[in-house]
Amino acid sequence: MSPVLADVLTVVALTGALALVHRPLGDHMAAVYCSKKHLRVERWIYRAVGANPDTEMRWPVYLRGVLAFSAVGVLFLYLVQRVQDKLPLSLGFKPVSPDQAFNTAASFVSNTNWQSYAGETAMSHVTQTMGLAVQNFVSAAVGIAVAVALVRGFARSRTGGLGNFWADLVRGTIRILIPLSVVAAVVLIACGAIQNFGDIHTVTTLTGDKQSISPGAVASQEAIKDIGTNGGGYFNANSAHPFENPDGFTNWLEIFLLLVIPFSLPRTFATMVGSARQGYAIVAAMGVIWLAALVAVTWLEYAHPGTASQLAGGSMEGKEQRFGEGNSSLFAVSTTMTSTGSVDSFHDSFQGLSGGVLLLGMMLGEIAPGGVGSGLYGMLVMAVIAVFIAGLMVGRTPEYLGKKIGSREIKLAACYILITPALVLTGTALAMALGKGVPSMTNHGAHGFSEVLYAYTSASNNNGSAFAGFGADTTYHNTMLGLCMLLGRFLPMVFVLALAGSLAEQKPIPATAGTLRTEKPLFTGLLVGAIVIITGLTFFPALALGPLAEGLAS
Amino acid sequence: MNTSFANSARMVGAALRMLLVLTVLTGVVYPLLVTGIGQAAFQHKANGSLVKVDGKEVGSELIGQNWNLPGTDKPDPKYFQPRPSNSAYDPLSTGSSQLGASDPRLVKRVEAARAQVAAFNAVPESRVPADAVTGSASAIDPDISPAYAGIQIDRVARVNRLPAAQVRRLVRDHTDGRALGFMGEPRVNVLELNIALTKLARH
Repeated sequence: MSPVLADVLTVVALTGALALVHRPLGDHMAAVYCSKKHLRVERWIYRAVGANPDTEMRWPVYLRGVLAFSAVGVLFLYLVQRVQDKLPLSLGFKPVSPDQAFNTAASFVSNTNWQSYAGETAMSHVTQTMGLAVQNFVSAAVGIAVAVALVRGFARSRTGGLGNFWADLVRGTIRILIPLSVVAAVVLIACGAIQNFGDIHTVTTLTGDKQSISPGAVASQEAIKDIGTNGGGYFNANSAHPFENPDGFTNWLEIFLLLVIPFSLPRTFATMVGSARQGYAIVAAMGVIWLAALVAVTWLEYAHPGTASQLAGGSMEGKEQRFGEGNSSLFAVSTTMTSTGSVDSFHDSFQGLSGGVLLLGMMLGEIAPGGVGSGLYGMLVMAVIAVFIAGLMVGRTPEYLGKKIGSREIKLAACYILITPALVLTGTALAMALGKGVPSMTNHGAHGFSEVLYAYTSASNNNGSAFAGFGADTTYHNTMLGLCMLLGRFLPMVFVLALAGSLAEQKPIPATAGTLRTEKPLFTGLLVGAIVIITGLTFFPALALGPLAEGLAS
Repeated sequence: MNTSFANSARMVGAALRMLLVLTVLTGVVYPLLVTGIGQAAFQHKANGSLVKVDGKEVGSELIGQNWNLPGTDKPDPKYFQPRPSNSAYDPLSTGSSQLGASDPRLVKRVEAARAQVAAFNAVPESRVPADAVTGSASAIDPDISPAYAGIQIDRVARVNRLPAAQVRRLVRDHTDGRALGFMGEPRVNVLELNIALTKLARH
């Protein structure tokens, strides 16, 4: 079978599988968040915690819940890393340094999973399972909860209540993330991913060498790492490590897992606002952008214009033989577009322009389809911007799903879309101006600048992948990137929840002949256009200095 | 002000208790449950797919190795050779070179590797495939392409005093196709191939 045909079949199988579960999973999630019933284990949890799951929260209260829960998450994870040598199953690893522990705590709580450490020699069994993996679950559940609160803002009227944060958090974890993860983890083990709490195991090879085989509860972490669009690898090589991702099938499965919730949430949205076609318009916009990036990167990797790749006869530097150029491109595009950030190949060694496409994927704000929850709320904020632009063009007060987009709403949406560009561009500019960029580069010239830009883009958009040649483990970058991750995660949530509160209070206005039909392909086109233009204008100068300069030179 | 402070304090208390409960659930119960299922149903795989020869563990099916002359970093002509590695196949130091696709250092490295592989296997440089001259992502890639195995057949057969046809058959038997026929790339597992080769050479 020709490689191109095999790649096409892989993508067809992937989109087919995503389409197949779109409705059942989307509807299941809608039912989970709309249900009035509590499971027995949930009632037990609410009692232990002392929270009433039936109180309706107004947006400031909901927000306070999100922030309080995330703040204790950062502190707890910081503490676990600092005392890991005193806890059982430490594997003899030292405590993590203060700046790196802060960076890692910020990273996992903000669903970024940027890693300035190498897992196999830095994090003990307890840190991995009781620290990092816990945040893989709960940071994902927080993301979905905020998205659901925004959807309730559209679906409800004349109320201040956006739901109950504790109930949304617990239900997302127990009824969605844990069941999916158990199934996925067992399948991964069946295919060769490891799952044990052993010690580092030394074997003697046939040539008389000693080799150390790593242990770890890898499959359980791999499953939620993908399902929760977290992306923090158990090992430094992440999903390129054969113990995390043993063959072509697990690679496909991991891509499916990291796309499945983000691509199904628009259905949840549609079901909750009572119009299936509104969901299809959103999912179409996500799909179009994802597919365009996929075609571009795959084509560039096969064409391999880079000087070294031309000489080698293929773009295989930093790629595994079992995945090759095609499947590595599919993984790379899916992971940068979903804010996952796990990698099965190293983006630093991709062709110059491919790296630019991956960067752009993150700069779009992680909305195609974006991270769990954050992708949907990001896309809905862009939809608000798109109807506003359309309203300006025809001179009508814009509305979306029967809610007026007035000056308060548009101000909140505008603040939302300004945050990450501000963090990315000032973060990168500061690093370069203060002389902190160049010493951390592995590559020189335009590609070296891309490494810095990629790092601050990845952190601020909560992606977590890297041009991994960038030496991020310095006090400066650990601290600054940690701040970018926290601000890039929680400031937008403030505006999303404020927007949700403002929408929920409105009374719906009936659709008339003059209403923009937001369930039509025309609107999907307008939405994609608005996203591309806004992002393009914001980031083009920075991209021109990095990947564009490099790509055009080769 | 006082009530809002009290409210916030109550919220933080609830948040802390919630985190602890969910830590028990997702950080203790979940991994132990998955480990239990994995160890009961797929013990060999859950523990790293270790391979034994004559009762002794010699490596993992999934982790690549060096095949050098004992005590040196020179490739042993007796064995099929793996891809270049960024860490000499040390599983405690995984990751790649991170060099850009046009980086001059990478160009130099690829040039040197191409010349070395071509000379070592006595084939023209044009027959050396990409995976033979590029470092993998993990640095412990267990596989090589069928093309890279192909150019090593004559050299391996000669050094082991085996008929080339027999070694070619061995490579064919150890070539894995794409998963389900279309996912991933065809590949040859170097450890398994070399173990089979050693057995063949012994008889």
